[in-house]
Amino acid sequence: MNFEDELTRGNFTIPECTSCKKIIWPPSEFCDVCYNETCLKSGQFSGKIIEYSKQNDEYFCVVEFLDTFRLIAKMKEKPENGQIVKILKCGILNGTYFFQII
Amino acid sequence: MNKVGIVGYGNTAFTKEDQKIESILHNCTNQLFKTNSEINKNLIDAVLVSTNNNSKYLSAILSEMVGIQPKIAHSIESLCNSGTNSIVSAFSYISSGLADIVLVSGAERYDSPGQILEWDNSRGEFKHPIFWASIFSKSYKQKFNISEEDLAIVSVKNHKQAQKNPNALSKKTYSVEDVLNSKKLTEDLRLLDCSRPCSGGASILLASEEMSKKITDEPIWISGIGQKTTSAGFTKNESLFSMTSTKHAGESALKMANKNISQVDVAEIHDAFSVCEPMALEALGFSKTGEGMNLIKKLHETNNFKINPRGGLIGCGHPLGATGVSQTIEIVKQLQQSADNRQLKDPEVGLVHNMSAAATSSTVLVLEK
Repeated sequence: MNFEDELTRGNFTIPECTSCKKIIWPPSEFCDVCYNETCLKSGQFSGKIIEYSKQNDEYFCVVEFLDTFRLIAKMKEKPENGQIVKILKCGILNGTYFFQII
Repeated sequence: MNKVGIVGYGNTAFTKEDQKIESILHNCTNQLFKTNSEINKNLIDAVLVSTNNNSKYLSAILSEMVGIQPKIAHSIESLCNSGTNSIVSAFSYISSGLADIVLVSGAERYDSPGQILEWDNSRGEFKHPIFWASIFSKSYKQKFNISEEDLAIVSVKNHKQAQKNPNALSKKTYSVEDVLNSKKLTEDLRLLDCSRPCSGGASILLASEEMSKKITDEPIWISGIGQKTTSAGFTKNESLFSMTSTKHAGESALKMANKNISQVDVAEIHDAFSVCEPMALEALGFSKTGEGMNLIKKLHETNNFKINPRGGLIGCGHPLGATGVSQTIEIVKQLQQSADNRQLKDPEVGLVHNMSAAATSSTVLVLEK
């Protein structure tokens, strides 16, 4: 299964090169360094909040994972920069990725 | 490298009107030919169209509509800096000797698909530009102890300057209080902090040195070009309070022109949102890091139009494919002393800064008499 198949099932995975072990983000089937195939790492990955703002009652946060890549995720509670978080929910809705952290 | 000059231009007003993309392109190009009757359009070697519109084959369509059969005709899309990318392509065609005269026409509709980069899934459900702008604003304010009131001055200044530009979308001036009381889009962004999508077109004609001198007595030369793309995705920006691509592009352009930033008399800066103006001024070296707002306040208080004389994107509106071309036209007008009641005193060197997608890509041009 590829990253999007897993995401559709609500699973957050991280693509890693099968050869040089580089984390590849945005998700891709191939490594951008050695051009070999990637595989998906599963797990409860921790992320760090880099910055955030708020719209209506929801916060949207730039979150960094594995000191390597960042994405924007929503959060219900007030975040703090540097706070360690985990993915609570994720998926694809009407073709758009979504990530929620806690 | 062969010299390349700008020898003619045409603009439409930027509006919220529902116009066909082909009509906008035709209007601005027609304006160019109407006001530059000495131009023999049969000598145009290339027609480049700058747009994010989904319509196809627009350069061939435009060529047919204005009665040209160019050797080279194609469209160029690079989100918000499509315009200056097209000018760089035109420059390259001419400086390489592939073309002597190139027409660049940029156009966009108010509902441009280029406003949202669908590919950038790292933004999750927060793909609209207001979200990256909010993150930049929050980060910049926090890093440099800048208040919401401070940032509002960018919008106040640029709407004020736009009142002297008859083609600008903005027809009103605003106070700091107006900006702060405008609709709250996010905790860190108000409606009046934003440039607005609109319909509009801008055309420019570039020529080789020999042809430039035949066409006009006052060509404006493109003496410096710098470009840098650091990524496509917003979250690849390492810093959220500075513009890396702009810094690199600015340094390259000034080096090519053999100029330093203190020699630049007038500049068009890509103020897609209020926070972009101080960030860009700092990246280009107009001010020290964290001091961009001091410069903006000083310019505003002294009514000095050096930065964004036509009103910037906030005052003019932002028809993506036309913006970079329109910015360039403004610098040409300023250097030719034909910018009417927004004319600066005797500028010799001008700069254009045009960027895309949260400053992941920037183009900087240096223009001289």
